[in-house]
Amino acid sequence: MKVTLKIKRFNPEKDEKPWWAEYAVEAEPTDRLLDALNAVKWYQDGTLSYRRSCAHGICGSDAMLINGSNALACKALLKNLGDTITVEPMRGFRVVKDLMVDLEPFFDKYKQVKPYFITYSVTPEKERLQSPPERERFDDTTKCILCGACTTSCPSFWANPEYVGPAAIVNAHRFIFDSRDEGREERLEILNHRDGVWRCRTIFNCVEACPRGINVTRAIGEVKQALMYRKL
Amino acid sequence: MLQRYDAVIVGAGGAGLMAALNLSAQARVAVISKLYPVRSHTGAAQGGIGAALGNLEEDHWEWHMFYTIKGGDYLADQDAVEILCREAIETVYELEHWGLPFSRTPDGKIALRPFGGHTREFGKAPVRRSCYAADRTGHMILQTLYQQCIKNEVHFYDEFHVLDLLIESGRTAGVVAISLATGELYTFHAKAVIFATGGCGRIYRVSSNALALTGDGMAVALRRGVPLEDMEFFQFHPTGIYKLGILLSEAARGEGGILRNRAGERFMERYAPTLLDLAPRDMVSRAIYREVEEGRGVGGKDYVHLDLTHLGREVLDQKLPDITDFVRTYMGIEPAKDLIPIQPTAHYAMGGIPTDNDGRVVMDEKNTPLAGFYAAGECACVSVHGANRLGTNSLVDILVFGRRGARHAAKFVRENDWALLPANPDERAQQLVAERKNAQGNERQGDVRDLLRNEMMAKASVFRDAGRLAQMRETLKEVRARYNGIKLEDRSVRYNTELLELIELGGMIDIAETLVEGALARQESRGAHSREDFPKRNDAQWLKHTLAYQTPQGIQLKYKPVTITKFEPKERKY
Repeated sequence: MKVTLKIKRFNPEKDEKPWWAEYAVEAEPTDRLLDALNAVKWYQDGTLSYRRSCAHGICGSDAMLINGSNALACKALLKNLGDTITVEPMRGFRVVKDLMVDLEPFFDKYKQVKPYFITYSVTPEKERLQSPPERERFDDTTKCILCGACTTSCPSFWANPEYVGPAAIVNAHRFIFDSRDEGREERLEILNHRDGVWRCRTIFNCVEACPRGINVTRAIGEVKQALMYRKL
Repeated sequence: MLQRYDAVIVGAGGAGLMAALNLSAQARVAVISKLYPVRSHTGAAQGGIGAALGNLEEDHWEWHMFYTIKGGDYLADQDAVEILCREAIETVYELEHWGLPFSRTPDGKIALRPFGGHTREFGKAPVRRSCYAADRTGHMILQTLYQQCIKNEVHFYDEFHVLDLLIESGRTAGVVAISLATGELYTFHAKAVIFATGGCGRIYRVSSNALALTGDGMAVALRRGVPLEDMEFFQFHPTGIYKLGILLSEAARGEGGILRNRAGERFMERYAPTLLDLAPRDMVSRAIYREVEEGRGVGGKDYVHLDLTHLGREVLDQKLPDITDFVRTYMGIEPAKDLIPIQPTAHYAMGGIPTDNDGRVVMDEKNTPLAGFYAAGECACVSVHGANRLGTNSLVDILVFGRRGARHAAKFVRENDWALLPANPDERAQQLVAERKNAQGNERQGDVRDLLRNEMMAKASVFRDAGRLAQMRETLKEVRARYNGIKLEDRSVRYNTELLELIELGGMIDIAETLVEGALARQESRGAHSREDFPKRNDAQWLKHTLAYQTPQGIQLKYKPVTITKFEPKERKY
């Protein structure tokens, strides 16, 4: 099949503002959008810039705005995208070149929520015990690959770039609901801040955007509930 | 730009982060990585990490050791394998203590599953030795290590691409890297350098490896006179998604999946009567190639089926959710009722930068270390995997030897001062970049890369012979000549990904040369190196490691002995 890629291009070294480039690519319907981007870069226009690595939805490098919705280019198959596909960088972070955005603020937000295991009790010689149901409790949020698709699809984040954002909350949730972790209160305190969990207006864009199928809004809701019960 | 650290770690996958965690409390450390650390390919490992915890049935590290050595067709250094299997156990507990969310047994312990080539009591039956977190064990390891690095305030240089290793008067003096964001060259003056740059699977057309796995660290070391060890041993994983090469974990067969040919026959019964579908990867990949060659591929094509239909939707969704998702996404089929088309996919380099058991890079057949230079993980060759790696052992390797390298490096930086920095330390890196920027010609990068990858697949993959390997040697000359005629289109300074891809391709050509020369010379079949013109293993002549050096006259080969401690080489049957 033949597809046309309409790609929003911007190179701050020479462009005053973004512009649209069009490329015709011959491809299989089962090809990934990433394959089509590679076909452009490798055989048509070496200047096209984007991030990619694993090419099967596990490293989180190639989140971008595809036909108006956030997704990973390596999990979007051409057969589902139509004859003309628009591709833009994720919204809400500074575009550094073409489809690449500045991820530093994204990782800064992630780091704010203490996204690491905290314990104060004595470490056992072997494993800490955890029952299968306790392990299941936070399974969904262990899937996060930090691609940024949720945060950059969130209108609350677009309106207020100080908002810590869904991705960071997902990673806090992963520890808050881990029966072994002892940092729950510290994390809840951080998320209780005005730019924390309360900025979420349950718009559900994040759930739609998540390439890992994480129920992000539910996770945020559970953190909100944990905060409310804590206050009571 | 000049930076100075006690130690610089290149690469932020499992080995690099493990090294960083073990070194950062004692020394000033920087980690430079061409990707954001959480993008590293450790995150793609699915099935589990091998350790004889014995949570579900009797198990011993000695059994793990024996099957690692047997799985590697007796080429592994047995003292190193002993360290690997002993320290695997404490390593898994350490990960758990850092919060890694392992799947659990009903009584709350770390869950274990069977895996290819892992057996009990000298081959009687498969054993549950693979500790797992659903089928995203590598993802959880990478996340957990990165989380701990944040906690310990490790200093990262993200999206920095290594270009050169600095050596001065026989000592390591640092590295030179280019910043993707600014295009500037950074010289990192360091007492110790640890390479943890991962594999090079992208030298083949069909590969499970990330696009980033281009062997950068191996190539940088090779160009500075460091040999590469056992590069002819490259593992093809039996179950890659047809055409795409995306990995479907051995865990699928660990949970009961069966390989079937066009007639629906469970053909592994003919190749490995005891272990069947859980035979080691080299044997299963060869069996698939044979089935296809003899006309038993599905529809007469070059693939067979992985059958998971009998496992039921619940097992698939709970124990193998990611690979179930891959099959649904990329094949558009439902593994609970459809057979999955699979073919072997280039997966893992057993070879790499030679090291001793403390991660120190060694330069020759006498194991002479290059002071201050360390390597760990897939880019290194200790050798614990010998001629063929067992599933789950790469995750053990990156952690055990990432840590050992870091511990030795910690001592080294305490006891030593910085080596003098060479005059104009970034001269070579500047030259490398300038050559690519100034090259003139009509070649397209994509075409040259395709030529390399397609021909490596056709002539130097699962089955090899002198004729095809000699042709590949000639093809590589053509690839190199055409490489020099690639004109860089992207002239920008910042975020020039085309330039970096071109530099990566140059490294892959160097690496492919070492692989082909090693394979041509080795006139025997052992593990993943299968010569149709020399179908038998030949211990009398070839029980030895290859060391490939890059010289102005081409690749030169030397050999060093294999360390045998507990297990005398025997015929390898399953």
